[in-house]
Amino acid sequence: MAKGKVHFDDDKCKGCELCTTVCPVNIVLMDKERINAKGYHPATVKEMEKCIGCTNCAMICPDSVITVEREK
Amino acid sequence: MTVVYEKTKGLTEKQTHYCPGCTHGVIHKLVGEVLVELGILGKTVGVAPVGCSVLAYDYFNCDMHEAAHGRAPAVATGIKRVLPDHAVFTYQGDGDLASIGTAEIVHAAHRGEKFTTIFVNNAIYGMTGGQMAPTTLIGQKATTSPYGRSVADAGMPLRVSEMLATIDGAVFVERVSVHDVPNIRKAKKAIKKAFEVQMEGKGFGIVEVLSTCPTNWGISPIESLSWLKENMIPYYPLGNFRTPEEGK
Ligand SMILES: Cc1ncc(C[n+]2csc(CCOP(=O)(O)OP(=O)(O)O)c2C)c(N)n1
Ligand code: SF4
Ligand SMILES: [Mg+2]
Repeated sequence: MAKGKVHFDDDKCKGCELCTTVCPVNIVLMDKERINAKGYHPATVKEMEKCIGCTNCAMICPDSVITVEREK
Repeated sequence: MTVVYEKTKGLTEKQTHYCPGCTHGVIHKLVGEVLVELGILGKTVGVAPVGCSVLAYDYFNCDMHEAAHGRAPAVATGIKRVLPDHAVFTYQGDGDLASIGTAEIVHAAHRGEKFTTIFVNNAIYGMTGGQMAPTTLIGQKATTSPYGRSVADAGMPLRVSEMLATIDGAVFVERVSVHDVPNIRKAKKAIKKAFEVQMEGKGFGIVEVLSTCPTNWGISPIESLSWLKENMIPYYPLGNFRTPEEGK
């Protein structure tokens, strides 16, 4: 499996949660411990080592919050 | 590690005003990505509608023009005829295109105007607070159909792609959806093809994109994706209705 890494532009997240439904390894979740500038719990990944860099979460994000890197 | 996905340069840095989870944002990204990948961002003019996407001129990173409600195809006609070497597109909702602007889109297609229309069908008037659209489904509740749309009062929902596909000038007609990742990829392919058809000067092209309106549907963004899949796709089947080869 390819290794990946995602980055969230936290303050742009509107908390819609769409990204949490498309991750094949189920690691995208809403961070209930933080509130961003817009007043939402932003999406985040805690177990980054499991990320495969598939770009699914970024593709479905309506607000271009997510950047994805992958080991080639 | 290499960056394999980042915000497209086809969109500006401006954050959109769309409600959380509204797929207008996903569709904007696809159009922006296509314009960048085709290398035509610098010679594209978009026409924004009236509807929730009325501020699209702030979001697309190309030249933009605003049009009166439903009149984007007429404005695009003028721009394309003056700038035939440019890519011109309209971005329109279902209230804008299938209700007040029906005559404009039918005759732009009929004349075979060489621009591309991105038609966002969310089965409702989003911006004005959730009134019934011609595309609202039977039984679907809206502020102007509080008991659900009835055939007796409002007729059957209008299938725009099927209708436009009967017009010779419409050489590319496809309906896609953005309710999951495989469909988002397909939607992007269709949008790319529609712009290619335009750049080859073949005629009018339209991509109907089934989209969500969590706010006026009154359900969560995640539930909206399932609602679209389960209710809209059976009535609005996905697929290509016309390609230039067939349209000749
Ligand atoms: C001439 C005119 N008539 C009516 C309106 C009110 N109006 C604004 S947006 C809209 C409907 C928008 O719905 P749609 O095109 O489906 O876009 P959405 O907001 O759902 O994306 C209406 C009727 C207007 N602005 N101008
Ligand atoms: S009202 Fe509906 S269509 Fe308009 S931005 Fe909100 S969710 Fe999107
Ligand atoms: Mg609409």
